[in-house]
Amino acid sequence: MAAMYEAEAKKGEIYELKAELNSDKRDRKKEAVKKVIASMTVGKDVSQLFPDVVNCMQTDNLELKKLVYLYLMNYAKTQPEMAILAVNTFAKDCNDPNPLIRALAVRTMGCIRVDKITEHLCEPLRKCLKDEDPYVRKTAAVCVAKLYDINQQLVDDQGFLDMLRDLLSDSNPMVVANAVAALSEIAEQSPQTKDDKEAQSVCERITPRLAHANAAVVLSAVKVLMKFLELIDQHSEFVQNLHRKLAPPLVTLLSAEPEIQYVALRNINLIVQKRPDILKNEMKVFFVKYNDPIYVKLEKLDIMIRLTNATNIAQVLAELKEYATEVDVDFVRKSVRAIGRCAIKVEQAAERCVSTLIDLIQTKVNYVVQEAIVVIKDIFRKYPNKYESIIATLCENLDSLDEPEARASMIWIIGEYAERIDNADELLEGFLDGFKDENSQVQLQLLTAIVKLFLKKPTETPQELVTRVLTLVTQETDNPDLRDRGYIYWRLLSTDPKAAKEVVLAEKPLISEETDLLEPTLLDELICHIGTLASVYHKPPNAFVEGRHSLKKNLPLRSGDDDDGAGQDMLSSNHQQQQQQQTVVIGANVGSLIDDFDILGPMPTTQQTITNNMGQAQPRAASAVPNLLDDELSSILAIDSNIGGAQTPQSQIPIMTTATSFPINPAPKSANLLDDLFGDLNLGGGSSGLLYSGSSAFVLPKEIWLSAQKGKGLEVSGTFARRNNQIVMEMDFFNKALQPMSDLALQLNRNSFGLTPAQPLQVTTPLFPNQNVSTQLVLNTNGPMMKMEPLTTLQVAIKNNVDVFYFACTVPIHIYFTQDSETDKMAFVQSWQDIPESNEIKHQLQNVHGLSIDDLQNKLCSNNIHTVTRTIIEQKEMLYQAMKLTNGIVVLAELKITPGNRTIAFSLKTKVPDVAKLVVQAYELILGSN
Amino acid sequence: MSASAIYILDMKGKVLISRNYRGDIEMNVIEKFMQLLLEKEDESQLSPIFQHGDVAFVYIKYNNVYLVCTTKINANVIMVLSFLYKCVRVFCEYFKELEEESIRDNFVIVYELLDELMDFGFPQSTDSKILQEYITQEGHKLEEVRPPPALTQTVSWRSDGLKYRKNEVFLDVIESVNLLVSSNGNVLRSEINGAIKMRVYLSGMPELRLGLNDKILFETTGRTKNKGVELEDVKFHQCVRLSRFENDRTISFVPPDGEFELMSYRLNTQVKPLIWIESSIEKHSHSRVEYMIKAKSQFKRRSTANNVEIIISVPSDADTGRFKTTSGAVKYVPEKNSMIWSIKSFPGGKEFLMRAHFKLPSVQSQDLEAKPPIQVKFEIPYFTTSGIQVRYLKIIEKSGYQALPWVRYITQNGDYQIRTQ
Repeated sequence: MAAMYEAEAKKGEIYELKAELNSDKRDRKKEAVKKVIASMTVGKDVSQLFPDVVNCMQTDNLELKKLVYLYLMNYAKTQPEMAILAVNTFAKDCNDPNPLIRALAVRTMGCIRVDKITEHLCEPLRKCLKDEDPYVRKTAAVCVAKLYDINQQLVDDQGFLDMLRDLLSDSNPMVVANAVAALSEIAEQSPQTKDDKEAQSVCERITPRLAHANAAVVLSAVKVLMKFLELIDQHSEFVQNLHRKLAPPLVTLLSAEPEIQYVALRNINLIVQKRPDILKNEMKVFFVKYNDPIYVKLEKLDIMIRLTNATNIAQVLAELKEYATEVDVDFVRKSVRAIGRCAIKVEQAAERCVSTLIDLIQTKVNYVVQEAIVVIKDIFRKYPNKYESIIATLCENLDSLDEPEARASMIWIIGEYAERIDNADELLEGFLDGFKDENSQVQLQLLTAIVKLFLKKPTETPQELVTRVLTLVTQETDNPDLRDRGYIYWRLLSTDPKAAKEVVLAEKPLISEETDLLEPTLLDELICHIGTLASVYHKPPNAFVEGRHSLKKNLPLRSGDDDDGAGQDMLSSNHQQQQQQQTVVIGANVGSLIDDFDILGPMPTTQQTITNNMGQAQPRAASAVPNLLDDELSSILAIDSNIGGAQTPQSQIPIMTTATSFPINPAPKSANLLDDLFGDLNLGGGSSGLLYSGSSAFVLPKEIWLSAQKGKGLEVSGTFARRNNQIVMEMDFFNKALQPMSDLALQLNRNSFGLTPAQPLQVTTPLFPNQNVSTQLVLNTNGPMMKMEPLTTLQVAIKNNVDVFYFACTVPIHIYFTQDSETDKMAFVQSWQDIPESNEIKHQLQNVHGLSIDDLQNKLCSNNIHTVTRTIIEQKEMLYQAMKLTNGIVVLAELKITPGNRTIAFSLKTKVPDVAKLVVQAYELILGSN
Repeated sequence: MSASAIYILDMKGKVLISRNYRGDIEMNVIEKFMQLLLEKEDESQLSPIFQHGDVAFVYIKYNNVYLVCTTKINANVIMVLSFLYKCVRVFCEYFKELEEESIRDNFVIVYELLDELMDFGFPQSTDSKILQEYITQEGHKLEEVRPPPALTQTVSWRSDGLKYRKNEVFLDVIESVNLLVSSNGNVLRSEINGAIKMRVYLSGMPELRLGLNDKILFETTGRTKNKGVELEDVKFHQCVRLSRFENDRTISFVPPDGEFELMSYRLNTQVKPLIWIESSIEKHSHSRVEYMIKAKSQFKRRSTANNVEIIISVPSDADTGRFKTTSGAVKYVPEKNSMIWSIKSFPGGKEFLMRAHFKLPSVQSQDLEAKPPIQVKFEIPYFTTSGIQVRYLKIIEKSGYQALPWVRYITQNGDYQIRTQ
């Protein structure tokens, strides 16, 4: 009932407003419109009043007009038919003598996203773009961007882009500014600068903007400078000077409002990673103030760690100790963690860091203790056998550890130093009692620790402890990781304890001193986005933005190949990268990383002995640095020529090639030689252009299917080929992440032609950072089918130890042409006539290379397009050709060739019209190829 | 490059007013804002920018309102934040204060302003002086208002045809001292944030040139005898010709009318902290806490610090404070868990003492107590810490009038924090 009354009351209200809107008195009208807007503002629906409000549009009262326009913008979408009523007034207002009205009209029209209105926008907009008043022109410039957003085609057709470009040379600065804004919105592409001089001159012009009072101007200037610095010789004085000039404005941003400080800090984090020199002397400005908001505090802390070095470590440590006694739990935790990072980064200070951590543990503040133990584990990793004297102190706190990461770390420490802890077995046994309730991270760690203990002190360790844990993990747990590890240990221990020792107690790889570094490619991309959301999230725009605004940006490439300095620089940075690969970055999930390395770490050195023990006849399969030449050779022989070479040790995998190469080849010459020798066999991977295999069937060059960014460091490129009458998927896997990848597997989604792998993907893993592997995968066409749009689309899923990635690629239609399509003349004519006229497609083909008819036929024939017959009609050569797809579809074609003319009249018939267009494309591709 | 829509919300997250600039996001996404904000706070991931699905929220809080922008693209977020602060300034200048009430009472004019401040997500004119020329509280007849030329001109901050009977310029050089002292008495940071603020009452389109004792200028012009001040970083109002400054360190500009900040600068100092505080705090758990605070003025004797306030935090469960001072008075402010020692006038080279005593309850709370640093507020007139000086202000206008510049110097506290043991 109440609701009904309310509705009644509302009706009454609307009715009253309606009456007032139609009043003759101006003031009442205006007051009524104000009331309508007030209702709209608080979220009431007043769209019913649309015609009445639009009636008030024709007024000479500016305030009233603005309100009516505001109303229109809000409700036009819900009442598109009614909105047309306003078009005339808009057009009239665009001709008003007062520029404010003209601008208001053009501004509002652009905001009404109703197609029918948009049509009427063009004429007034064209006029306003040439208006005598700059205020109108600047508004019109923005309106072009609005229109582009609604109807791109219209903007192109009407030539508005040219008019907008003309405004770039307008005499009025605001008009130019808006024209630039509109154009950059439409096409987010900046002109390419490649030249050192040009880059310097841009920098010189931008540098004064660093003194602008507006933080947004300053940061944008920083962005431009960071980008163009890439193009300038890094050892030049110019770059040194610019580095000096960049520091003060960045520091000043920290005096701005806290929200702006936050954005500045996120960007400084990037800048410090890209060019550590700039802020290396500014540590103190990042000291945390008591009244900083928490988000500023955490960011400052992060940058402090990045800037820490041997000279400023004392100050930093004193600060961190201070922060660790504050009350904000997250900040305190991060501070404790930071102390650990300092210890790992600055060796000279490690001892002081450790004693600071011990002091903090004595405070007995629970979360401080747990955090400290987690970082101490890392310190032990970095400086083995140095600080084990503190283990006793750590053990005192065993009972207070309730967080999985802290428990796992403590257990790791006990396992690692089992030989020096007298009661290690008792301690571990204590943990084992509640095994089932532990987090899997703790369980894994406990399993490893007990096995370590057993291997280190086989005589003192109760056998029962090991048996108990192995039984627990193999028989009473559902966690496959845990079970697998249990089985591995068990078998190792039972078959060869010596090997077990070598595996489990192997020396661990060093942990990196720099943590949480962004991947270089991502960092470079983010530098191009300084000041934007991407720079705050530290994610590329396409991770959170859809559509055309997510275009990838990259730092300009330096063209200084002739420049020795630059070349050296590149080399040294490559060296750095290589060094980084050899160390492990402590990620967020430290425990699990350690787990992996307990198993994976010793692989390269111990693999061979193990495999030998297991009696496998595949000694080279998993070696980290395979013999490049042998692998390639044998695989080539095995596949393409089917010579006796198939009996090489790799014969278990006759169809799959594995060519492993490192980016910096120790013998680049020989690699080139390989390319020369086998380049045309399309196994070099490095050569570009259109390639032929032995039978010279046409293969498209490999294209990137999965970018390293989307693939979390895994880049996949590939193409499809037809080899020995089989469809082959040829791929390159490139690991651009900082960690090795393993467990690569591939799956194809259901597709138009039922493509499915004939065998599992076989890539020797782990794939080490910066390693590139080429592989070929033979496909069958007997898999499940599903019609794709377009038909040639193939959806692929690739899995590795990191994640599962999905992408789509295109299989060129000619890959599906089979060899057995040879038909006789009569059958051809019969089939041709059977297919209705409406299915015929006519097209002009270009004989790009001016091939003779014989060559043409051969070329097509090698791609399974067979000529049925050839005749001459009216001095024109006629070729009748047929092809058959794997799924039985027959396509017939007629080529009419006029001698001396490169244009070929082409017509095509098939019962399945969907494939016709694709076949035409295939012809074009094949004819166009070399 | 920028925002899709702007919202002004009350503290509960209810929309007071909004403006949709690009129409690419449903306006009702804002209904989730408050909930998301609270969630982020719970997860201790609070930050002024957060993403929900494909929409990013960028916000600031001012008095009892939130100003929020939404965006769907990789927006220039520092520009969005700068824009929001500009909006705050414009609203403040229009309505004296920006708060829930002033938005509700002036919604018509807020709509008008939002329409002029930004178009399709691109910031437009944000100069309230110029905006006030054609967007006013009173209704207009159409013929009367036109866009002021300044809106789009190169000099977009000053109107044509200004007239004053008396042409005057007032310059205030204000230096704020930021200080951070560690609990063991080491100066961690000592920094001056300076600003030159102007009040300009000049007719026509005057051309001004400001001369400072800038060290780099002296060096480049060979006047190495004069002692200059080394400014680490300088920021200028948009009226100053930046390229000219970059070239020959000349500060030349056509000023806006009335009050504005011409420039700000920043430098690190090695000088002694102006007011030095030593503290000794003895906490006897379950019974009492005793303070001994020593304040020392380390500037020249002929200067005096006015309205000095020394703010010292006390435990939240302390009570019955007793104080003794050699100068000034102490007040206990329980709602801020602190006591304030005020000294009206603190001459240079002096030292004052204060003792305080609080009772503590016998039952101790479990929570850790924060220990905020001691903060100091002060003002020292006729004095700059950096030694910066206005050497001249040249005023040239084509009508050729004479105008006098007046200069004032003042040093005050900025973030002035001394950590306690």
